[in-house]
Amino acid sequence: MKFRGLNSTMLKRIAMVAALGLVAAACTPGEGEQGEYVEIDRDPFPSSYTPLPSGTTVITGATILDGAGGRIEGGSILIENGKVAAVGADLSIPDGASVIDAAGRWVTPGIIDVHSHLGVYPSPGVQAHSDGNEIGDPVTADAWAEHALWPHDAGFIRAAAGGVTAAQLLPGSANLVGGRSVTVKNVPGRVAQDMKFPGAPYGMKMACGENPKRVYGDGSRGGDFRPHTRMGNVAGYRQAWADAQEYQRQWDKYERDYKAGKDVLPPARDLNLDTLAGVLRGEIAVHMHCYRGDDMGTMLDVMKEFDYQIASFQHAVESYKIADKLAENNVCSAMWADWYGFKMEAYDGIRENIPFVHKAGACAIVHSDSSSGIQRLNQEAAKALADGRKAGVDISKAVAWTWLSLNPARSLGIDDKTGTLTAGKDADIVLWSGDPFSVYTKADLTFVDGAVVFDRLNPENNPVMDFELGQPGEGDVK
Amino acid sequence: MRKLISIAAMAALSITVSFTASVSAEDIAITGGKAFTNGGNGEVENATILVSGGKITSVSSGGAVPAGYRVIDASGKWVTAGFMAADTSLGLTEVSLSGGINDASAPAEKGAIGLSVVPAINPANIFIPNTRIEGVTRAMTRMTNTGDMWLGVGAVLKLNDSDMIAQEKAFLAIDLDEGSATEVGGSRAVLWSKLNEKFQAAKDKMGAAAKKDDDDKDEKRPSAADATMNAVLSGDMPIYAVVNRKADIMQLIAFQNRFGVRVILGGGAEAWMVADMLAAAGIGVVLEPSANLPGNFDTLGQTSAAAGRLHAAGVKVAFIPPGTHNSRLVVQNAGIAVSMGMPWDAAMDALTVNPAEMFGVGDSYGKLSAGMDADVVVWDGDPLEVMSSPDAVLIAGVDIPLVSRQTKLRDRYKDLDRSPAFDR
Repeated sequence: MKFRGLNSTMLKRIAMVAALGLVAAACTPGEGEQGEYVEIDRDPFPSSYTPLPSGTTVITGATILDGAGGRIEGGSILIENGKVAAVGADLSIPDGASVIDAAGRWVTPGIIDVHSHLGVYPSPGVQAHSDGNEIGDPVTADAWAEHALWPHDAGFIRAAAGGVTAAQLLPGSANLVGGRSVTVKNVPGRVAQDMKFPGAPYGMKMACGENPKRVYGDGSRGGDFRPHTRMGNVAGYRQAWADAQEYQRQWDKYERDYKAGKDVLPPARDLNLDTLAGVLRGEIAVHMHCYRGDDMGTMLDVMKEFDYQIASFQHAVESYKIADKLAENNVCSAMWADWYGFKMEAYDGIRENIPFVHKAGACAIVHSDSSSGIQRLNQEAAKALADGRKAGVDISKAVAWTWLSLNPARSLGIDDKTGTLTAGKDADIVLWSGDPFSVYTKADLTFVDGAVVFDRLNPENNPVMDFELGQPGEGDVK
Repeated sequence: MRKLISIAAMAALSITVSFTASVSAEDIAITGGKAFTNGGNGEVENATILVSGGKITSVSSGGAVPAGYRVIDASGKWVTAGFMAADTSLGLTEVSLSGGINDASAPAEKGAIGLSVVPAINPANIFIPNTRIEGVTRAMTRMTNTGDMWLGVGAVLKLNDSDMIAQEKAFLAIDLDEGSATEVGGSRAVLWSKLNEKFQAAKDKMGAAAKKDDDDKDEKRPSAADATMNAVLSGDMPIYAVVNRKADIMQLIAFQNRFGVRVILGGGAEAWMVADMLAAAGIGVVLEPSANLPGNFDTLGQTSAAAGRLHAAGVKVAFIPPGTHNSRLVVQNAGIAVSMGMPWDAAMDALTVNPAEMFGVGDSYGKLSAGMDADVVVWDGDPLEVMSSPDAVLIAGVDIPLVSRQTKLRDRYKDLDRSPAFDR
């Protein structure tokens, strides 16, 4: 069995360290010298994001969806110092502000995609770029998506053209625990840290169902690898959590002992358990790839058994079957509008999944998991809205926009910073050529922190990613 | 027990229903809508479309409805021909990943020139109702992969319950893309040499057979592969060549000139870069309008503006949906092409008459005009809009119930109960 976690050598070592600590304390009560207190750096790859230069801008005369369910006709929005300064029907225009007449156009908060592999599975999708699944061990909480993030992926600028201002970049779903995700601002960067959303908590990717059991169960990686079944999947999650609980106890004890004046050594560092323990401490949010309703139902109980919170089920193709339970347990569903059928656990997908989850009072999110889909998430929301209405679920366009910005921001823990057009929040904003629930509508301007990152009408101003330089189609309209 | 009995009764009823669903076409009049006829008769306001014997018998503005016709009121709605997804594996694949056999994939098969997809088509495939109730009534279908470049002979499907094969031998599919070169010797140099050798040999053989035919009337029937090559070389059957890179597309044009065959270009990521050459060569392009990333070194120049650019250069365009399961999304793809510069009317043609003509069914399908098969869809708005959907779908004159496994799941879970499976 190779569920990774504490092996017996490590357990012995921890036990010895603990025992030594006790002996030391007993010999020299209160007067021995202590070694330096060891604290794990929770942010070893800090964000180096710096907002692009921006001015004071007023967009006037637009249909505004504020992202919190509100709609203003002929509304204006004031952007100042990279923040939303004001939103309303009548705003006074500060001196020196540049004014954009948006009559006939719509303004919304920027789209936030909670499920993207941009940068970790970048274009071109050659084998050398396949950096999203650390296959080889079913629990790899020590793998971090940001360490594979190639900032020159052309997919980022295409996503900006689709109005995406932030995204969660995830490891793949081959493993039970795939590793840490990273939330980014959709801006060009030279290194991954340049894109990291300041203050965004980490996420951790887990996966239910077919993928882990297919990857490890087909025998190609040797017979001693688990899991082979859904039973093995759940055994794997539970053992990982039990190991993480034990690890956290060791660190808690170390802290107690040290603070009691004992000369104690810290537990041996385990990068895998660092992340899992971070989830148990509530610092890292779990985003779990899960299609079938019964798989999600099992995970809701695993969540309670080990006292952590699943922020979202990803793909969640059968959320409509258990939407009431998802509402009760405060778990979001990140869904496609209509993808289904390509694998058994996606066989029961219906077009009304998103509106039915919404109707049940659960948190619904439109996600992409696709370098193509991320460019048209507004159209995905439109399809879901239309299908919901035809099935009798009455939802306004203003409310449907919460699936694209506020709900994703909540599930990522960044809703205090972005996701709605609220004064004081980051000016992550899209100016659309018309109603964004139309297939013909394009993002005219995409702002991140008040700076234009995509300008459809002035294509010569738009970034050309490094890979595209000197290649066919360089700088073309895409 | 009461419930079980009622379930049995329902089951019996549903068998009856499915029998009645496959009755032959009735006389139907679709009235009052705005009809788009795709070169039939332009745009017709307040259209009366008469359907009888599975065919459209007339399209006229404000025309009278003869006695005995059932009327479908399309007032305030849009009426179009059923749409065609121009490159799919519909009917061949159920669950493509880890869900049993996928008949579109035959990795062990090589030299599959004579192969026909028709015996593998499954009319009970759930993706067929899911596709047609969204207005897509026709699909080109083919193998996705074999052990080499030869993908066999593909078909055109009519997505009704019976008599689905609209064109049995529609085209010979050949994969001339990067992946195929990997299978064939590991290099494009090998791939193109083998392709040219094969066609030269077939041409020589056909010539020899024709000579021999004069002397010996007892010549045995050609193999399926020879028959396919003969049909291609004599211009009776087009080649559907999957190619993306500009340099490879230019090779394909040279190949067409060399052998005088008819070619349709599938994929065509960089086709727009040689649009004028394709127009001159009469080669149509079947492409995926949403694709705009450099997915590999064959598709560096890919852009969603391609469909509009090719159309402007005079190239006939048709659309690939984003995957067989998503064949219905070919309609959204047409909208995306329009949003990137293709004229709306041209996108409608790319969903109907263009693929019909490319794949040999243009005489019976594609336009709303008298004499055509009655594939007619009534939409609640602009059909290319993502929020529009069909209110009625006719395929070869049969009014298709807007029901699928998906709509049944939807209805079952509309209001959550503890065990909806027992509440039919």
